[in-house]
Amino acid sequence: MLKFITHRMAGALLVVFGVVSIVFLLIHLIPGDPVEIMLGEAASVTDREALRVSLGLDQPLAHQFMAYLKALLKLDLGSSFHSHRPVVELLLERLPATLVLAGMSLLITLLIAVPLGIVAAIRRNSLWDSGAMSFSMLGVSVPNFWLGPLLILVFSLWLGWFPVSGRESFGAVVLPAITLGTGLAAVLSRMVRSSMLEVLGEDYMRTARAKGLVPSRIIFHHALRNALLPVITLLGLQLGALLAGAVITETVFSWPGIGLLTIEAIQSRDYPVVQACVLLISVSYVLINLLTDIAYAWIDPRIRLGGGH
Amino acid sequence: MRVWIPGSILGAWALLAMSVYLLPLSPNLIQLEHILVPPGEDALLGYDDLGRDIGERLLVGARTSFLVSFWVVGLSALIGTLIGTVSAYQGGVLDRAIVQVIDIFLAFPGILLAIALAGLLGPGIENVVMALAAVGWVGYARLSRAQVLSLKHREHVRAAEALGSRRLRIMTRHLLPLMMAPLIVEATFGVAAVVIAEAGLSFLGLGVQPPDASWGAMIRDGTRYMLVAPHMVLAPGIAIFAVVLSVNLLGDRLRDTMDKRLATAARKDQ
Repeated sequence: MLKFITHRMAGALLVVFGVVSIVFLLIHLIPGDPVEIMLGEAASVTDREALRVSLGLDQPLAHQFMAYLKALLKLDLGSSFHSHRPVVELLLERLPATLVLAGMSLLITLLIAVPLGIVAAIRRNSLWDSGAMSFSMLGVSVPNFWLGPLLILVFSLWLGWFPVSGRESFGAVVLPAITLGTGLAAVLSRMVRSSMLEVLGEDYMRTARAKGLVPSRIIFHHALRNALLPVITLLGLQLGALLAGAVITETVFSWPGIGLLTIEAIQSRDYPVVQACVLLISVSYVLINLLTDIAYAWIDPRIRLGGGH
Repeated sequence: MRVWIPGSILGAWALLAMSVYLLPLSPNLIQLEHILVPPGEDALLGYDDLGRDIGERLLVGARTSFLVSFWVVGLSALIGTLIGTVSAYQGGVLDRAIVQVIDIFLAFPGILLAIALAGLLGPGIENVVMALAAVGWVGYARLSRAQVLSLKHREHVRAAEALGSRRLRIMTRHLLPLMMAPLIVEATFGVAAVVIAEAGLSFLGLGVQPPDASWGAMIRDGTRYMLVAPHMVLAPGIAIFAVVLSVNLLGDRLRDTMDKRLATAARKDQ
């Protein structure tokens, strides 16, 4: 187990290093002179040079990269061009909102997808099944930047049940969470269904039935526990879509999280903040996948003994 | 029947996208007396906040999403398949390096990297294509790499190698034809992903430049007037939804057909 964990962690570390390199290079992809874009054309030559030196842009690329890495190890992500506050402070300020939104979306996703997938698998080829699969098809096809406004139109503007945007009241999280969770619920219900179908065909299921166990015990105790194992790994992978989707969903609802911060920073050309947001979201995604892998190996010994892939 | 409806929706999408070049449209014409006028006899889909004809803008948006998906899927599939095939067939250090690069790109969830790239490169349809292709090639590379790994020890490939065929010839003549089926399925779903991604970037203001129309930008404009003019949000949203749903339905159907064919072929092999 320890060998498996160290192996996976080394791999993840390498990926994080690659992610950091790409994020560092992003700022050098900007067409033209970043200093000029930041200050505008009216800035004086001295101002430009001063900014260039303070950003370290006068140094060679390798030198800049080393400085960036060094600062990163000290959790120093630079400071915002606009508010001049440390970027880490901005991230910490916005993180709770994103965590609340992601957590609620995940909860809604699981509450929809797991029962739907189970029912669709047990009542295969029934009306339930086709209903669940139609929901799944519709769910993956509706973009969240349209679902969000539609939900606002119906439930906020027409019915007045929820606030249009912001996060002042408790109910404010409901519509963004549904918007963000629907796509994931659609994908996940399909996975639960196919995973359930696979397990239902196993020999031990026949044994359980032959023993005369009650159907509910067969399904929840024997089938579901095994069916959910592969779903957990896939859920880890799909959480990435949730994190990226948060950028759009938070923009739709003006939800003050990391996603909205990313867009605000892009619009105001606040590059250190853009870099930090992309870095934070990607590294969290890598960590989530590392943890799901380890959790999965811990639960299922076949994985760790098989040696990774 | 299950193929005809989505098939004709996609056909209509392509036709409408191309019709923009032929029809005498004025999608950017501002008519102040028509601001926010709902659908009626005058304009089938009504007017937007600047009094522009939403139906005409919808057509231009169809062209935007069609062109972007054509280029992004084409470029990504081409580059990705090339990288994946060469990597797997060559093996060794090159393969390990490319796998590492693929893993790094996969660490950026969803369209996050495309959002950052498009944001930094600035708006414009070329930048959207570049940003989405820079992210999109990875899926095709991973898929084609896995395909080649499973195919390269097949007897017909061994035979071609023994006969002294050049590597390029083996890759294009003996490997690529057998990889087409899964690649086509991937590319089909790729179209749906790109339509949503392009509209998403435009929704965020990172896509096409105003006043050019994009379905995503139309939704964004519409969200400001939802209570008085819901038709502004509904029309482009339904267009995106119809296209994406059709592509996904066709993709599912295609995958089932290919799976069945592959299953029968495998049975014959045994």
